[in-house]
Amino acid sequence: MNLATDLIHAGAEIFLLVMVSIILIADLFVTGRSKMFTYLLVQLTLLGCALITVSTHEPGVAVTAFNGMFVDDLMADVLKLLSYLAVSALLIYSRGYLLARGLFSGEFMVLTLFALLGMMVMISACNFVTLYIGLELLALSLYALVALQRDSAVATEAAMKYFVLGALASGLLLYGMSMLYGATGTLDIYKMSVAIELGVNNKALLVFGLVFIVAGLAFKLGVVPFHMWVPDVYHGAPTAMTMLISTAPKLAAFAFTMRILADGLQPLMIHWSGMLVILAMLSIALGNVAAIAQTNLKRMFAYSTIAHMGFLLLGVLSGGIEGYGSAMFYAVVYVLMSMGGFGMILLLSREGFEADKLSDFKGLNQRSPWLAFMMLLLMFAMAGVPPTVGFYAKFAVLEAVVQTGHIPLAIFAVMFSLIGAFFYLRIVKLMYFDTPESHEPINMQPDTALLISINSIAVLLLGILPGTLMSVCAVSVQQSLLLH
Amino acid sequence: MNLETLVFYLFGAITLLAGLRVITARNPVHAAMFLVLAFCSSAGIWLLLEAEFLAVTLILVYVGAVMVLFLFVVMMLDINLDQLREGFWRWFPFGAALALIMVAEMVWVLGSRTTADTVGAVQHAANYSNTKELGRLLYTDYVYPFELAAVLLLVAMVAAIALTLRRRIGVKSQDIAKQVQVKKADRLRIITDESERKTDAQSGS
Repeated sequence: MNLATDLIHAGAEIFLLVMVSIILIADLFVTGRSKMFTYLLVQLTLLGCALITVSTHEPGVAVTAFNGMFVDDLMADVLKLLSYLAVSALLIYSRGYLLARGLFSGEFMVLTLFALLGMMVMISACNFVTLYIGLELLALSLYALVALQRDSAVATEAAMKYFVLGALASGLLLYGMSMLYGATGTLDIYKMSVAIELGVNNKALLVFGLVFIVAGLAFKLGVVPFHMWVPDVYHGAPTAMTMLISTAPKLAAFAFTMRILADGLQPLMIHWSGMLVILAMLSIALGNVAAIAQTNLKRMFAYSTIAHMGFLLLGVLSGGIEGYGSAMFYAVVYVLMSMGGFGMILLLSREGFEADKLSDFKGLNQRSPWLAFMMLLLMFAMAGVPPTVGFYAKFAVLEAVVQTGHIPLAIFAVMFSLIGAFFYLRIVKLMYFDTPESHEPINMQPDTALLISINSIAVLLLGILPGTLMSVCAVSVQQSLLLH
Repeated sequence: MNLETLVFYLFGAITLLAGLRVITARNPVHAAMFLVLAFCSSAGIWLLLEAEFLAVTLILVYVGAVMVLFLFVVMMLDINLDQLREGFWRWFPFGAALALIMVAEMVWVLGSRTTADTVGAVQHAANYSNTKELGRLLYTDYVYPFELAAVLLLVAMVAAIALTLRRRIGVKSQDIAKQVQVKKADRLRIITDESERKTDAQSGS
């Protein structure tokens, strides 16, 4: 395969990089606080990326490029399109919030796009080198974004914690990768899978490396016992950055887990699925129980993320098309719900006021019945109440778990989801049955109002008609598994 | 034991000792200097493996640039290490126990078995160019991650500027454009004093 065709397959990444460089320069000449020109340019860039990704897609086949460094398959394209959508929605949601705090700068947008580039690299990487560079590109941009609000001591502390623990996780991951390289002699994940199947000299070295890989992945996903950074970072970072951390990167993290564990280390599944069982059980238990004690909504969402990531791992450890497909479906649904939840906090916040405490949601129904109803849909989805999509996502994962015979595991997950339903439904109770503490008018921009409505109604509609998305997930996972 | 093995163990021992001193030295400047020593002896090991280019780069980049900057920072900051180490001994038993368990596990997993077939370091002909080979790989097989690594540096640059650049009012700084555009009238004021005007008037009359 020659370089020209390789470049076409990586067209979206190249276009994004070129546009980021242009935006970086162009932004210097844009005056005024609102940065409308830069903002529109960023949105157009995302649209351009989406068009390129769709037009370079080759149906039915997975193409590798750059000597097996890069893979372009259905899973990559679907996840990339969803990432563009998530980043675009993030910018719409967070514009008002960041403008009020003087953070809506060119740097914010450029770093967000760099983070997106990192995610895209991770999503279509199939070599440990590219996987790691994509991860670092994403992580570095996120560290800087969290620290962007320099006057806030909490944000700086969060950035520091995120940076130190993130570096530790990267170290663990690299150590594991070097062990696997030592055992198999290759960094290409498909070749590695073949090499393991053919048999290696030292299986202990392989499993030893696997332990570090799983620990590094667990750090990045934020599952127990590697979750310590999640609540502090979610709480300390400006809400818009929290939203960025908790949405699109989860799609990339799913792809990352899939490529390493399901594609590269499939022959070691007996070993890693056991580790994932422990991680998933601990996460679901701790996430759901600890969230009850929180009075800060961002912190509560952080623990809820830990529990959701536990569910995602349940799908991955079940294996097979059902398992991986349901995990991908869960990741997509989680991004949708999390987007809405943080979007609501951003919407209710105003200059000098963060609507991130539970008491800020008291009596929301009297202040704005429509917003309260949207929040109700989102909370029902997170709790997994039918007919919202949250129910279907949990159902699909549990179905895959039961099919593999882990029935006690499924029962355990259901029990703790029931406990978790308490703190989601508490918000619904606060909104509908309590009297509001403040009567400040909610000033919404028309675009954010429209977006939150679309977001919440999508949660409902996808729950009623999950078939299309589910089959897209199943087909993309199947194609990605066929490669080796 | 041939000479090569002897040199390897010598460099290995120096690297380990220097690494140990980096974390135990009381004076941060000494710690930085020990890190330089560790880099130098690792470069020696790489030379032994016939990776000359990497060895030279390690010295040039890490010792020559990174560690010098590091030393500047360490010397400029007034770090009181004793204050930083407060509570070290209180947590030491806990940390040491954890570390011991980890080491024991590693030895248990890896120690009893042989690792992959080792045939010693790869030997190359005298005219083999390490630099050429690396360059060829970087610009062909690894061109995609290589370019991405460049993007990583760009992100670091953008992030560093975004986090540290602040426009404060009242800071004395030079504006080159204004300095260049300055006119004579802005800087020079011609004063004619009383006596001079008198002499002018006299000589004129």
